Amino acid sequence: MAESEQKNENSAGFEREAETGDPAAQADAAVEATTADAESAMSSSGTSAAPVDSAAEAADRPVEAAPVEVPESFTVTLIVRRYDPEVDDEPRWVDYDVQMYQTERILDALHRIKWEQDPSLAFRRSCAHGVCGSDAMRINGKNRLACKALVKDFDISKPIYVEAIKGLPLEKDLIVDMEPFFDSFREIQPFLQASGKPEKERHQTIAQRERFDDTTKCILCAACTTSCPVFWTDGQYFGPAAIVNAHRFIFDSRDEASQVRLDILNDREGVWRCRTTFNCTDACPRGIQVTKAIAEVKQAMLTGVKL
Amino acid sequence: MADHSSVTDGIHYHQHDVVIVGAGGAGMRAAIEAAPKASTAVITKLYPTRSHTGAAQGGMAAALANVEEDSNEWHTYDTVKGGDYLTDQDSAEILTREAIDAVYDLENMGLPFNRTPDGKIDQRRFGGHTRDHGKAPVRRACYAADRTGHMILQTLYQNCVKHGVEFFNEFYALDLIMAEVDGVKRVSGVVAYELATGEIHVFQGKSVVFATGGFGKIYKTTSNAHTLTGDGVGIVWRQGLPLEDMEFYQFHPTGLAGLGILLTEGARGEGAILRNASGERFMERYAPTIKDLAPRDIVARSMVQEVLDGRGAGPNKDYVYLDCTHLGAEVLETKLPDITEFARTYLGVDPVVERVPVYPTAHYAMGGIPTNNDAQVLSDNETVIPGLYAAGECACVSVHGANRLGTNSLLDINVFGKRAGNNAVAYAQTADFVDLPADAADGVVKMLAQLREGEGTESVAEIRKALQETMDRNAQVFRTEETLQTALADIAALRERYPNVRIHDRGRRFNTDLLEAVELGFLLDLAEVVVVSAINRKESRGAHMRDDYPTRDDVNYMQHTMAYRTDAETGASQGIRLDWKPVRVTHYQPTERKY
Ligand SMILES: Cc1cc2nc3c(=O)[nH]c(=O)nc-3n(C[C@H](O)[C@H](O)[C@H](O)COP(=O)(O)OP(=O)(O)OC[C@H]3O[C@@H](n4cnc5c(N)ncnc54)[C@H](O)[C@@H]3O)c2cc1C
Ligand code: SF4
Ligand code: FES
Repeated sequence: MAESEQKNENSAGFEREAETGDPAAQADAAVEATTADAESAMSSSGTSAAPVDSAAEAADRPVEAAPVEVPESFTVTLIVRRYDPEVDDEPRWVDYDVQMYQTERILDALHRIKWEQDPSLAFRRSCAHGVCGSDAMRINGKNRLACKALVKDFDISKPIYVEAIKGLPLEKDLIVDMEPFFDSFREIQPFLQASGKPEKERHQTIAQRERFDDTTKCILCAACTTSCPVFWTDGQYFGPAAIVNAHRFIFDSRDEASQVRLDILNDREGVWRCRTTFNCTDACPRGIQVTKAIAEVKQAMLTGVKL
Repeated sequence: MADHSSVTDGIHYHQHDVVIVGAGGAGMRAAIEAAPKASTAVITKLYPTRSHTGAAQGGMAAALANVEEDSNEWHTYDTVKGGDYLTDQDSAEILTREAIDAVYDLENMGLPFNRTPDGKIDQRRFGGHTRDHGKAPVRRACYAADRTGHMILQTLYQNCVKHGVEFFNEFYALDLIMAEVDGVKRVSGVVAYELATGEIHVFQGKSVVFATGGFGKIYKTTSNAHTLTGDGVGIVWRQGLPLEDMEFYQFHPTGLAGLGILLTEGARGEGAILRNASGERFMERYAPTIKDLAPRDIVARSMVQEVLDGRGAGPNKDYVYLDCTHLGAEVLETKLPDITEFARTYLGVDPVVERVPVYPTAHYAMGGIPTNNDAQVLSDNETVIPGLYAAGECACVSVHGANRLGTNSLLDINVFGKRAGNNAVAYAQTADFVDLPADAADGVVKMLAQLREGEGTESVAEIRKALQETMDRNAQVFRTEETLQTALADIAALRERYPNVRIHDRGRRFNTDLLEAVELGFLLDLAEVVVVSAINRKESRGAHMRDDYPTRDDVNYMQHTMAYRTDAETGASQGIRLDWKPVRVTHYQPTERKY
């Protein structure tokens, strides 16, 4: 071990006195009060207000602090389309009453059902904040990510209907087979194709980078594709998500295979079947202008890619 | 390269040269090296693009010097100092040296980095990254808006598609098979559970790479995904292999208050400021030179200190504010669009005009499966297990020491993921398969049967919640002997209840009820190791802040903790033996950490 001064300060400002009461207990209370649990959030933090000795340094700008409402709970009825292939011949709708808070989401409601009422309910989820694409589902007839659908945005005087996304084979409860969806994605050659190996990075102007920014946001959640009436009636249709990902490369100035992808899409009338119903754009949780991207790909087929 | 598989007694057997467990950044970076050269299988419990690497926001560090002078030696210094001198310095040198190519690799693979006006990769400031040994913040983080991790994950998956990597999606690895060959313990394969069918698969591999990510779900308030339950770390632990530095768990300063959802440090890199209830920029008191851009351990502690001292905001004075209002809508919408939306969606707060309530959130495991610089897993301080590799958040090299710097993990997964992939292939090209024992799958079959058929009455969700609550309360930013002992007693009580959990779903297909119970088992094991390691370290260093031992003690504790599972269980507690491993020092002697 290296010889060095014993007892270095961990860092400035953290020498804490033993006689300031019981810091651990204070830490407890503070931690408890910051949990997502509304009950504990309402309990007192147990810390006493110390005089603020640095009021003079206070921010010069008049900025609104966020208003904080005292959380109030209410009952929401969810009607979930359940299906267990090992038991059920047909899917069935099942009602659940759940206690919810203003700031919570449909995913919280589903967890409450799974964790407190019926652990057999099956659904996918991971990140819980709209970035992984696991939990696209049909909520009151519209495709949403359960983790981004806030309960307060629904009319809770009526039940909320939750079912699996449509157009992909139903596996169990809210879970569908994603393979056909990913197959379409893989078919459009979703990877950069560029010749030569530069010594460092390939250059790209800010404007060139901006050209395909919107379609880089896709998280492959399938909300768009499974809201598309053309996809429902024709499972062979590539679907909006595959076209969005083709767009991401077609308009990337570094890529040299745009024409290949346009040909793939053209071959199976990939883009031409789009009837511009805008369902996909409405469904996209990442706010991607899906219909616009499809239109740009159509345009590129007719007039070539303009970068 | 096709999967060679067969079915015997209802169990599927596969054979691949390289078996990679996990398809986040580390696993896929390894696969891109391995797949073109050897038959490779990637087992992943999530679809690859759903891995939590995709949640990373702020950036990936590399001293490209695209926008201002920088050097990888400065980056090494920052990494060592940021890690409170527990970082292995030769490893940090590799990390920062190979950082540059790691970024170019990703760009060449297609990653759409933000650009400078002259078309190069743009770079931004981040906590703890400085010019010339601490003089001022430096622009070192390469980024793609505030979705850098998303772009890394997508780009790596795209390149796996290009190379035809074979994925086994929604397969849960649950056991590692090792066998002794000529007195040497070697790797033989992995046992996995297929979510869709409930069937068991044994993957025989010449080399096995673990890249299963972190275990943030031992805590309640966390930036981690529901699926980050430490399975890989737990599997290795149950094999009697050591875990390193488990007491060092990082709390990220800016989680959305009450929710834990992350707001990247990149916000502060772009100029956002932390303020207490009275609006004071309190970091000026704790880190006068680099203020809000001090390393995370220091910022998180300062925030908790403000709250403890009564200067917190809100009705319960239990959080502080992140003030982005002076950045302007343009910067927020173009450089930080995702976090702007998170605040709007989940707290109903608009960062353009309002300050955002924030509080530290459990974020990153510095500790994990010990490896050497070649990503080989160690069975003690030096001995490698031939054929076994680990990389990414599940591994501990250790490049992060006692506290990881922001943007160094996306770097870690790329540098050491690549090394793991390359070395796993090189080994597979010379080694033979190790025979699978006839009972390879028995352990998993038995564990699942016990859980599935148990007649107990305990709820998985309740035990998990109680675990997360005691960890949040007693093993968080500040710890003492007393709080840690409380956590330990709570964990023991929960471990006692665990064998009596009731699985309600008795079916085979998509039985997530069963898998949540299995994951809880890993969480309970790992939480106990975290707490026992924390009790043993009677000093404060990096993310491990002991109120009862508030200073760093280099004489006794400038060494890594090595925890081993032993057979000496007492009641519900695991037998845990603790040992030490020296820190590798090259150039930087420990000094007081001031910012
Ligand atoms: C919100 C957030 C923001 C972050 N921002 C940054 C940042 O800006 N810069 C930075 O450097 N770092 C950041 N980090 C940290 C960094 O993103 C992670 O540490 C890193 O991405 C981990 O990558 P990984 O490949 O090790 O694991 P992950 O990406 O978590 O992948 C784990 C993989 O293992 C698989 N797996 C797990 N268990 C099993 C099992 N039993 N069987 C089979 N497969 C399994 C999963 O399916 C998954 O594919 C951030 C982290 C978070 C949470
Ligand atoms: S375009 Fe939008 S809706 Fe469609 S898969 Fe991508 S993120 Fe989901
Ligand atoms: S759980 Fe990840 S997008 Fe909803």
